[in-house]
Amino acid sequence: MLVSLKNNEKLKRYGKSLKFAFYCLTHPLDGFWDLTHEKRGSIAAANTILIFTILARICQLYMTSFIFNKVYWPEINIFLYIASILFPLALWCVGNWALTTLFDGKARLPQIYMATCYAMLPYPLVQFPLIIFSHMVTVDEAEFYSVVSTISLVYAALLILSAMMQIHEYTLKKTLLFTVFSIFAMLVIVFILLLFFSMISQGIAYFVSIVREILFRM
Amino acid sequence: MKRIVKKIGALAACLMILVSMPGTATVANAAEIGYTYTFDYWGDVQYSPDAYEVVGVYSAAELGLDKKLSAPQGMFIYEDYIYICDTGNNRILEIRRTGTAEFEVVREFSEFYGNVEVTTFSMPTDIAVSEDYFYIADKNNNRILKLDKDLNYVMEFTKPLDETFDQELTFLPSKIAIDTAGRVYCVATSVNKGLIKYEADGVFSGFVGATPVTYDFADYLWKKFATKEQRAQMTNFVPTEYDNLYMDYEGFVYAVTTNVEEADLDNGSADSIRRINMMGSDILIRNGNWYVIGDIHWGDGGGYSGPSMMIDITAFENDTYVALDKTRGRLFAYDDQGRLLYAFGSKGNTDGCFKSPSAIDHMGYDLFVLDQQDCSFTVFTHTEYGKNIIDAIDLFQDGEYEASGNAWQRVIEMNGNHDLAYIGIGRALLRQEKYHEAMEYFKLKWDDENYSKAFKQYRKEWVEENIVTIVCALVLVIAVPLIIGKIRKIKHEIDTADIFTRKK
Repeated sequence: MLVSLKNNEKLKRYGKSLKFAFYCLTHPLDGFWDLTHEKRGSIAAANTILIFTILARICQLYMTSFIFNKVYWPEINIFLYIASILFPLALWCVGNWALTTLFDGKARLPQIYMATCYAMLPYPLVQFPLIIFSHMVTVDEAEFYSVVSTISLVYAALLILSAMMQIHEYTLKKTLLFTVFSIFAMLVIVFILLLFFSMISQGIAYFVSIVREILFRM
Repeated sequence: MKRIVKKIGALAACLMILVSMPGTATVANAAEIGYTYTFDYWGDVQYSPDAYEVVGVYSAAELGLDKKLSAPQGMFIYEDYIYICDTGNNRILEIRRTGTAEFEVVREFSEFYGNVEVTTFSMPTDIAVSEDYFYIADKNNNRILKLDKDLNYVMEFTKPLDETFDQELTFLPSKIAIDTAGRVYCVATSVNKGLIKYEADGVFSGFVGATPVTYDFADYLWKKFATKEQRAQMTNFVPTEYDNLYMDYEGFVYAVTTNVEEADLDNGSADSIRRINMMGSDILIRNGNWYVIGDIHWGDGGGYSGPSMMIDITAFENDTYVALDKTRGRLFAYDDQGRLLYAFGSKGNTDGCFKSPSAIDHMGYDLFVLDQQDCSFTVFTHTEYGKNIIDAIDLFQDGEYEASGNAWQRVIEMNGNHDLAYIGIGRALLRQEKYHEAMEYFKLKWDDENYSKAFKQYRKEWVEENIVTIVCALVLVIAVPLIIGKIRKIKHEIDTADIFTRKK
């Protein structure tokens, strides 16, 4: 009885934090401040939004009318497709955290992740109806589709900006500056990763060739 | 006993597999290196059944000529006569087609009658024929001759004495075309201002159809800072020379050029095929998914490199046209919208391949290709597949949409990879007002423009049919919450009304 009550409490909190994402949508400054400072957000809700974002992207790939979405199926790799959201997100969180933690940023890594996910809400919210809408328009009316689609992306980007500003307790100027720096940090991470992988593959290739040579001589 | 039977059976099976192996191998091979192909929506090569088959290859021996042909350059077909400029031997051949695969040489001539200094030809490179006259590009004699059909000299078109024509240049007419009024259009060596146009009376009336000059800004800037010597080394920003031309039935000139940069072809800023109107502007329709440049992918392989180089072109009366590529010896047939119908041909020694093709023309729907190295011409005729495609196009243009759709259906049965067949059926259905079915066909081959046309009509029909349901749904969605709200409000007012509370 007590356990179920506790679960119920948890569920309620989860529902509340998920609902709070919509408040953030309409009150970007106030909402994102409360997200961490009043602890009104939750990682569970952030995960939910992320899953919906990925779902929206996959559904968009499969279901959007071919007018807007001409897919060369032989070249589609669904895992790469999913990674095209997850990988930049991870890079962003790490890059942003690595920088802001040195420059008076108040948010911790999970909070950066949470705020970013909350800010991505416009994407699934707009893209799902757009998939249905895409089946109702012709090429001449394609403008509507692309405008709305762009708005969802731009709004999500603005929300991320305001989220970072609020959770780190930065001024606008500093936020913009550190957004640019974060993008640089992302590039640096990618570069190091590439370097790392190519070094490892070189190293492995070296030992493989030695073993081959020995086998050849024997 | 049973075991023996089994063994024999197994042996027989093995034998059958062995026997059938070479057969299957060749079939697989043929599918891989097809002779005829098209491009699909994604630009992938889709091999198709042959659209044309070889009737025969005719050289001097088959035609019963004593002297072998030598580097023939020009060919013209007038009704069932074929005229060939045997350039190296300075003669013209007049050949008549007497049957599908039968040809007879009517006459061969290397001189004409008339009161002029030189009555022989020197490197005749092209010939054009009208009802009464021959027009011959007598290249090394610097003139275009006009002879009547009995080979009497009528007049000649010479170097234009005009300030727009560089007078230091030797006039070397290489290709000619004539229109119904007897005007002559000429492509001359090293003339890059377009086609030289003469009036019927021999007066030079200007250049038409120069290609627009293109240059990129970086080159322009670079040139500004270069010294005079450096500038001389650089390429000039000049229009390109044409290589060949063809006068179509409407009086428009199809012109081809090989003077194009590989990169420009690739990014669509250069055109190797143009259709020029009276004003000299290019009116070729390019509505296809790919540029009208022959092959859209090219590499270095098999001894050939670079893009397709169009050296001659011929156009049919349904506005489809066939261009001849000298790089790989291929023929590219396009429809009136600039979409590839089929491409075929190759370099080689077998029938249907060329060593060095130089000219193309058509008789009916049969194609004639002249080969300057093999000193022969090849005659192609439609296969059933090719005939169905052309039928479908002709029928559509005649307004017989259902028959056109049926012809495309026959094409699909022979080749399910032909995008235009699906779109063709779709267009036929669209004209028959079967919008929903048309949409399916367009969707299959990614044709969003036509799909939208069909969808627009379908949507209109759908809305008209379901207008009652839509209105009802709208009313429900808007009115019901309103009513519920109203009722709740009234209920709330009653619940909180003073008269009831006072009683309590």
